[in-house]
Amino acid sequence: MTELGQNIQLDTTGQLRHFLSIEGLDKELLTRIMDTAESFAGVANQPVKKVPLLRGKTIVNLFFENSTRTRATFEIAAKRLSADVLNINIETSATSKGESLLDTIRNLEAMYVDMFVIRHGDSGAPFFIAQHVAPHVSVISAGDGRHSHPTQAMLDMFTIRRHKESFESLRVAIVGDILHSRVARSQILALNTLGAAEVRVIAPRTLLPTNTEFLGVEVFHCMETGLKDVDVIIMLRLQKERMRGALLPSEHEYYSGFGLTEQRLKFAHPDAIVMHPGPINRGVEIESRVADGNASVILEQVSNGIAIRMAVMTMAMHSKSRELS
Amino acid sequence: MTEPTMDIIKIADQLAQSVDLMMNQRQVVNPLMIGIHTGGAWVAKMLYERLGFVEPLGTLDISFYRDDFSQIGVNPEVKPSSLPFEVEERDILLIDDVLYTGRTIRAALNEIFDYGRPGRVFLGVLIERDGRQVPVQADCVGTRVDLKANQRIKLSGPEPLELRTYTFDN
Repeated sequence: MTELGQNIQLDTTGQLRHFLSIEGLDKELLTRIMDTAESFAGVANQPVKKVPLLRGKTIVNLFFENSTRTRATFEIAAKRLSADVLNINIETSATSKGESLLDTIRNLEAMYVDMFVIRHGDSGAPFFIAQHVAPHVSVISAGDGRHSHPTQAMLDMFTIRRHKESFESLRVAIVGDILHSRVARSQILALNTLGAAEVRVIAPRTLLPTNTEFLGVEVFHCMETGLKDVDVIIMLRLQKERMRGALLPSEHEYYSGFGLTEQRLKFAHPDAIVMHPGPINRGVEIESRVADGNASVILEQVSNGIAIRMAVMTMAMHSKSRELS
Repeated sequence: MTEPTMDIIKIADQLAQSVDLMMNQRQVVNPLMIGIHTGGAWVAKMLYERLGFVEPLGTLDISFYRDDFSQIGVNPEVKPSSLPFEVEERDILLIDDVLYTGRTIRAALNEIFDYGRPGRVFLGVLIERDGRQVPVQADCVGTRVDLKANQRIKLSGPEPLELRTYTFDN
């Protein structure tokens, strides 16, 4: 947000211009993103998986953090909209971060690009970039530091909406490394904005931020109580670095306390769905049988990710800030 | 302000006769019928029942092929297009409710050609009015109407189907 309290993500008519965070976006806009994604979901089933909406537009995937799968889905989404895609992987320089970041952006802008998709290790980097781009350029965040991963949260909400009647009566449990997870932060914001009845987090104390009471969630340290009657279970990936950082004794201990097994799944509502942003670690966060079982919608999340990204890119590209005054 | 409806059934019958005549004159055999969402799909259904076509009925949503994305953005409620046949070298009968500027037909042609290379494409419309902005013409027409620049004609439905003329004050 700028100091004026204006949401930098919206243009003067309240349309999406940048997509950086779920913060500051209302239920109506989040719903419109999902409705638009629903339209695009059908494109994947056509023999010609392409529509001409963004023909002639140039979209740059600027990834400062490595990610094959997220970058691939943004690339597929952009190409299905007939846009031209440029993939750039950049190592950040520790000494002159701010300067070289802006220089990179300015250089690319000089090639008349229309949109940047940014993944960066520093929280706030996409906001910084959005504040400095030309009026006709949009910025989409593909994840920044520990802060936000808004497209992942939206594809998760979209997946939930396709399986459940409404958010108002929904009980959702997010399990795993909440502390380090930008995905969890964005999901919690989205679920609360969409009016979910209960948002729970289940994790060992070492993997929870100390201010969970301000996030709008109920905290559990036990799977059996935390999963009771939930409609949606979102498993987060356990990053191996956490063991090295002494936050957890071992993967085995994590699995025995917090792994989603078939046994534990029985505590949830019989129609509960199981989600995971991927890539999954079988036998660490989740039992294979659950990951491959009837409750799992993990693969559907991947397809939905393309539709959501098509929606967000299309909506931002149409922003009124593009109109030359 | 709206004016009274026109007789849809009578006009649909006239269109069906016009299609019959054209098919004889142009030697069209076993064509594929495609209706353009939303009004054209309703008209196509009526025609399909009257003319007894054999092949399944196709429907097209042209929202993603429109030329006004920069002005109005993307429609959040696009219906899926369904062409349950191969278009390659086939005669296609494209159906819409109202032919006005012609831009919808241009978009529909672009979309159909993304599916393959048709043999011939014929256009049938329930209502033809003046106001073309691209060089498109109908092969079969239910009826022609003369409207002023500040008037529009719209088909609403699906139950009941109604044609209404609207006049805008400037």
